[in-house]
Amino acid sequence: MPEPAFLQIRNLKTHFPVEKGILFRKQIATVKAVDGVSLDLRQGEILGLVGESGCGKSTLGRAILRLLPATGGTVILGGRDLTRLEGAELRAARAEFQMVFQDPYASLNPRMTVFDALAEAIQSHKPVPKSELPARVADLMKKVGLSPRYIRKYPHEFSGGQRQRIAVARALAVEPKLIIADEPVSALDVSIQAQIINLLAKLSREMSLTMIFISHDLSVVKHISDRIAVMYLGKIVELGPAGDVFERPMHPYTKALVSAVPLADPEKEAKRQRIILPGDPPSPMNPPAGCSFHPRCPWQIAECAKVVPQMESLGGPQTATCIRLKEIN
Amino acid sequence: MPLLDVQHLTTSFHTREGIVRAVRDVSFQLDKGQTLGIVGESGSGKSVTCYSLLGLLPQPPARIEAGTARFDQTDLLHCSRQELRSLRGKRVAMIFQDPMTSLNPYLRIGDQLIEPLLIHENMDRKEALGRGIRALEEVGIQDAERRMRGYPHEFSGGMRQRVMIAMALITRPDLLIADEPTTALDVTVQAQILELIKKMQHDLGMAVILVSHDLGVVAGFCDQVQVMYAGRIAETARTGDIFHHPQHPYSLALQKSIPALQPKGAELYTIPGMPPDLSRDVPGCPFAPRCEFAEDPCRTADIQLKPVRTGHASACVRVQQGELNLQTIHA
Repeated sequence: MPEPAFLQIRNLKTHFPVEKGILFRKQIATVKAVDGVSLDLRQGEILGLVGESGCGKSTLGRAILRLLPATGGTVILGGRDLTRLEGAELRAARAEFQMVFQDPYASLNPRMTVFDALAEAIQSHKPVPKSELPARVADLMKKVGLSPRYIRKYPHEFSGGQRQRIAVARALAVEPKLIIADEPVSALDVSIQAQIINLLAKLSREMSLTMIFISHDLSVVKHISDRIAVMYLGKIVELGPAGDVFERPMHPYTKALVSAVPLADPEKEAKRQRIILPGDPPSPMNPPAGCSFHPRCPWQIAECAKVVPQMESLGGPQTATCIRLKEIN
Repeated sequence: MPLLDVQHLTTSFHTREGIVRAVRDVSFQLDKGQTLGIVGESGSGKSVTCYSLLGLLPQPPARIEAGTARFDQTDLLHCSRQELRSLRGKRVAMIFQDPMTSLNPYLRIGDQLIEPLLIHENMDRKEALGRGIRALEEVGIQDAERRMRGYPHEFSGGMRQRVMIAMALITRPDLLIADEPTTALDVTVQAQILELIKKMQHDLGMAVILVSHDLGVVAGFCDQVQVMYAGRIAETARTGDIFHHPQHPYSLALQKSIPALQPKGAELYTIPGMPPDLSRDVPGCPFAPRCEFAEDPCRTADIQLKPVRTGHASACVRVQQGELNLQTIHA
């Protein structure tokens, strides 16, 4: 490794206690929402994080940004350990990492105009004289493709796609180095989705922003990301260059996930082999022993219930956690 | 004779802010055993079309302004409430998008599941419960007997949608209307549910209308597809033709904006602007303001769906007149 990664996540864990009882609260179980995740990101890289609901992808995103406590592990951003920061230090550091949420209808304050929302973000981290604010806000709006004409408008006067642009502008207001976008296009229609994807890709290129793009939609993730990480029950089961993971998935779960993505091409649809997984993902409160995917895996053997698989590669940059990796690929 | 023959369906909402023309002059037919996909973005009128057919829209504010919808011998839009009630849930069934809210949280699954049998087939409870257990088994729910006594909150999203399907199919309907049945579900579960609907359709020989915003879901599932925009049908054809020979600029634009169909990293095509406000009466083609091929006649012409190739109809004036060949642009 020539230089240390820009963002280093080492063995990050977020466990939630499950408690019972009113007077004497007893912890009866632990939900291991994020269970030992390690990742390295280069500066300017876009990492796609995919997985189904409940797999812990949003929790991971929030744990990295300290919106949720990490119960173990470290997150090092530009040489500083975020998990150890407290109080004023943490607040100051937050200017370096920002989040864009899924629902642009819920993440903007309905009583604040675009100007108010963006000015607040600017003033809270890198204050500028009041007279400069309108120009700064207008710059931000232009950057995300909104006309500064709308500077005094309220969120309800915008469409979903425009609101998501405002949310992106607000994240950019503090000139962050890392953006975590949690399902930023899931609430939008296809034609609007494309606009936001283009915008995020462009910003990342131009500002060399490091980005973690969380989505359940593999085809969107494949399009925008340099690398893809696939999560299942709190763990990363496969990691590799976006094209490889999508075209030649190695982990059984990724294979099933890719085969389940509907393709808007009737001929390919008719030809392809679908892997239909039995059942639902198990509860993270009580994950299966060994490989947590084994009860639904078409390739499972008795071993799978005993051994916790580790990240392995077949020589290339793509890695996956499966003890039968060589046999099934 | 087709199983369902909808002609000139027009539905509006009369609100305080004005009249919203949600569905305008929509006509289509559906044969026994056939699958029709209705695609479009939010607000395109795809759900309102289905709700109108089943009389599920509150009137007012909704008003069915014109049209007929012949199902077998009955006009769904003009029959009495009793007639509609005797068809709905028996010969025509519907599944909704959100399995979390379409089941009653206070009732046991079994009681909800057998309700159509008690109402439509005057079956006694014991017999109906037996049928209910078999229906749950058919949709792949294990341990069905015990599950019948469970409440909805004990079921996962995918299982609830299975229950909804079991409930819809328990009376062996001739027509199933599925309104975004998998939108709230994860992709692997979506694949399970679509496979299940396909299998049940095969077993029961029913016709299906699948409403979806996802072109991918429709591509793999339907025989015939109609694309809706701003309350009108923009284009209708066999599934392969829509995807390989689109005859309306909107369908083409939609396909170009899907990441999965584009080379990685390439800038995605975006449709400029926004769908029109349906409470205002705009003359001409509703897509014209956003269409890269629009010319002056598009903004004034009377828009009608007309055949442009065999089994393929488009509402684009320029395609109809042979001025615009999307084929060359598509390739």
